[in-house]
Amino acid sequence: MAKNVHEFNDANFENDVEKSDIPVLIDFWATWCGPCKAIAPLIEEVASEFEGKIKVGKVDVDKNQGTAMKFGVRSIPTLLVIKDGEVVNQLVGAVPKNNITDILNEVL
Amino acid sequence: MKRKTIIIGSGPAGLTAAIYLARANLNPLVFEGTQPGGQLTITTDVENYPGFPDGIMGPDMMDEFRKQAKRFGAECLYQTVDKVNLSSSTFEVFSSDQSYSAESIIISTGASARLLGLKSESELMGNGVSACATCDGFFFKDKKVIVVGGGDSAMEEASFLTKFASEVTIVHRREEFRASKIMIERVLANPKIKISFNSSVEDIKGTKETGVTSIMMKNTISGIVEEKKCDGVFMAIGHIPNTKLFNGAIELDDAGYIITKPDSTYTNVDGVFACGDVQDHTYRQAVTAAGSGCMAAIDAERWLER
Repeated sequence: MAKNVHEFNDANFENDVEKSDIPVLIDFWATWCGPCKAIAPLIEEVASEFEGKIKVGKVDVDKNQGTAMKFGVRSIPTLLVIKDGEVVNQLVGAVPKNNITDILNEVL
Repeated sequence: MKRKTIIIGSGPAGLTAAIYLARANLNPLVFEGTQPGGQLTITTDVENYPGFPDGIMGPDMMDEFRKQAKRFGAECLYQTVDKVNLSSSTFEVFSSDQSYSAESIIISTGASARLLGLKSESELMGNGVSACATCDGFFFKDKKVIVVGGGDSAMEEASFLTKFASEVTIVHRREEFRASKIMIERVLANPKIKISFNSSVEDIKGTKETGVTSIMMKNTISGIVEEKKCDGVFMAIGHIPNTKLFNGAIELDDAGYIITKPDSTYTNVDGVFACGDVQDHTYRQAVTAAGSGCMAAIDAERWLER
């Protein structure tokens, strides 16, 4: 995983995501999910392009069911944009990169 | 830079075409679309592709296809094609505000899951409604789910979902399945699977917050509609070819499939070839898609040499 893509989990979620002073993009994924694999490189690209403006991280739903449940994730990949602890946007499924950059530019 | 050939789509058809064209030193550019590897990336075990006696996972198999294509110099772009211009002799493909030109085009955009077309279905997609059991089944541990459909993919999804769900009900509008015998037998032998024949889904209840809570199920013989509680609905009612991009540019049949000339991959546009599920309403297998991808590559190569 690229170094500018964080790993969020049930334990660090509150501190690293909900209390983040910049908006956060979260990618809910799992090792067995084909479409998640497909968008992984896009998430890394987006992370470097928005470095310093948006914090980007992944949540492995196998290991962090609490966080997945909290946001009602029922399909992966699910991308959430969180600002000041609130979900402001959501994308479900493998989407083209400009859909992701669009919702990020919206929140800036 | 004008390329010899551009391939649109990255399933077994597109990547097989890429392997052949790359080996012929034609440096194909492959647009992978939103689902690199195609429909096989959302399946589990592939048991009927020759050469894998113990089966292989769909996503792994497609990784191997891609590696093989790249080994010989195919270039793969994880980008979606937004527009094509097939009306002049140099074909143009537009993706992310960039234009790419080529002498020939191979279309292998495949097919996508067909949906029922209910308003509630699109509203709850990703919130309990799904067209991919292998992606989303995990979120339905000890829950009750519905699988809509009667073909092989419905049987496969239902069997797969019993790993997680407490109860799986297959809802099928006819009185018998059209799936293959081995798949039907697996379903019938599974104590977690219930079957509602002669039934159709009229509506799906729930909200984005609660997820799916129930379906309204109609008995197609008596006409009686009843509510059935459930937490998830998985669609497996077939596929529609991904040809929106080519509407008006290429000859399609009534169901939207690209028409190819008999025993070839030639379309009605000279220099444009089609292979895989986008032109196949009969077989739709990984191995037939790969076979037609090879045909498209050979057709394109000979056409380029003409």
